[in-house]
Amino acid sequence: MMTTAHTPGSPVRAGFARDGVVDDRIVFENVSKFYGDVLGVNRVTLSLPPGITSLVGPNGSGKTTLMNLMTGLVQPTRGHITVLGMSPGDPYEFFRVVGYCTQFDSFPRDVTGFEFVYEALLLHGLDAPQAAKLAVEALERVGLMDAAKRLVAGYSKGMRQKARLAQAIAHHPSVLVLDEPLNGLDPMARAESLALFETLGRQGMHVVISSHILEEVDRISDQVVLMSSGYVVAEGNIHTVRQEVREHPMQILIRCTQPALLASQVFALDSAVEAKLHADGGGLLVRTRDLDNFYELLNRIAAEGKVEIQAVAPADDDANSIYQYLIGSDGGNS
Amino acid sequence: MTRMEEFKQYPWRLWSRQFMTIVRMELRKSLFRWRSAWIYLLAMAPVAIIAIHAVVDHHTRDGMREDVVVLAAIFQFYYLRLAIFFGCLGIFTRLIRGEMVERSLHYYLLAPVRRELLVIAKFVAGVITSVMVFGTAVFLATAFMYLHFGQKGMQFLTEGAGAYHLKAYLGITVLACLGYGAVFLALSMVFKNPIVPAIVFFGWEAINPVVSPLMQKLSITFYLRHLSPVDVPAQGLFALLTVVTEPVPAWAASLGVVALTTGVLLLACYRVRKLEISYTTE
Repeated sequence: MMTTAHTPGSPVRAGFARDGVVDDRIVFENVSKFYGDVLGVNRVTLSLPPGITSLVGPNGSGKTTLMNLMTGLVQPTRGHITVLGMSPGDPYEFFRVVGYCTQFDSFPRDVTGFEFVYEALLLHGLDAPQAAKLAVEALERVGLMDAAKRLVAGYSKGMRQKARLAQAIAHHPSVLVLDEPLNGLDPMARAESLALFETLGRQGMHVVISSHILEEVDRISDQVVLMSSGYVVAEGNIHTVRQEVREHPMQILIRCTQPALLASQVFALDSAVEAKLHADGGGLLVRTRDLDNFYELLNRIAAEGKVEIQAVAPADDDANSIYQYLIGSDGGNS
Repeated sequence: MTRMEEFKQYPWRLWSRQFMTIVRMELRKSLFRWRSAWIYLLAMAPVAIIAIHAVVDHHTRDGMREDVVVLAAIFQFYYLRLAIFFGCLGIFTRLIRGEMVERSLHYYLLAPVRRELLVIAKFVAGVITSVMVFGTAVFLATAFMYLHFGQKGMQFLTEGAGAYHLKAYLGITVLACLGYGAVFLALSMVFKNPIVPAIVFFGWEAINPVVSPLMQKLSITFYLRHLSPVDVPAQGLFALLTVVTEPVPAWAASLGVVALTTGVLLLACYRVRKLEISYTTE
């Protein structure tokens, strides 16, 4: 029995109490989906906490299927899915807290941007003034208010994307699912959208994003789910995932004085694979199998004062590199 | 009590609100679209012909017997078996399958609306549309058929047998829209291209009078034919092949169509629970 309810238009929160236990996770339990003989996703087991989760993978890797499964647009062949303890089989409870911006670039005929968002809110049972207020708020939030009275059919691709996003966030969901939400947006709108997702994620909301702009989602993601051919190949915090890819030594860039001295000390470590001096003589690229061991050494050297460390940065601790390591693709066509 | 608490306690209030919203949205889609023009043409073609006939032919005859039979034939053979059938095919298959083809059905499925409620609301919107279009057409056809007889025609239409005929035709129109509508809505949810099964269904309805009495009962036309106030006897070879059945009382015929509609709608509600969005296969 639900003990709390989310009212459309009320502030978001990510957890729902069921029998006194707060369930704040999106859970996939051994979920498989087959379209006839074609595999959609297979044996997916995930437990996503609140925050921003990015689904990344090339075309056909199963990202959209996973999102459709999460929102009940398709049903699993096997397994079970719950979102904050709820299933899509109970649409009233479920869709009051879930918003889904699909990548289907299609709309009901002859609707304006305002009507598109407003009518969806009426289906939540809101009365007309409240629905109008929330519709205006959502359209302002995505920067589409100036075009709200125009027919969606006359919108550019970016504007249509914004209209779908406005509809997905208008009822203040706790879980926002966004399938390729940056497609068709110009750089400014892209940055604004990412800032919006980041804000929503910080408010404790679940934001699940799939995107082929790996660098951008990487920057705002709390966790990533890497997919390939219907399977989850890695999941978790991006840095944790990187450390788990042990067959590929991690690369660290160091800007420092006396890089040759640092290189000689690095080679004393068993875990060091390579140390390459920068051409300008002001730094070093180190490849190591044990990051903790390397950082311990670096701290010791810095404390001794023999080498002045100016900057340290991981060189392949990003989704793109992990992608290349895991599935031999840079994810550019996802 | 907040609105959401109210809806939790009294879900009927939420359902009625959602139902009205969906019906309103669907009526706007089906009534005021250029793509619906062919249905208006289908419905109004006989009205135009009867109206022209009324202007051109000054009717020096005294009786209206011939006009009564002609109207009955137009209703039974044109409206019932052709116009309402194909009009309902256009209106009701568009409700679910049409939205899948246009890739916009998911907006409904992502709303906090029970899928069964969505199907019923769409069906009701389809019934309102079809009854408005074909009811108006049948009313106008009847009016034009008799009103040019002057005072006598007016009297026939308002007080005489004409009034009874008009009520019966309108009632049959409503039942036909219910029955055909439910069948086409369900077919559109089972088949990706409902035109082919609809053509088979059309053939079945057309040959219905010549099949065995038991098989005749598996048809919408069978029940509607028995409700018709004026009998139009079959002619030629068709008359020879027609299998005469026991007359069905009006209440039983009406109940038969309503029962069939309910059964088919229940099937549609069951199907919609399993419905998946896979637009790429549409």
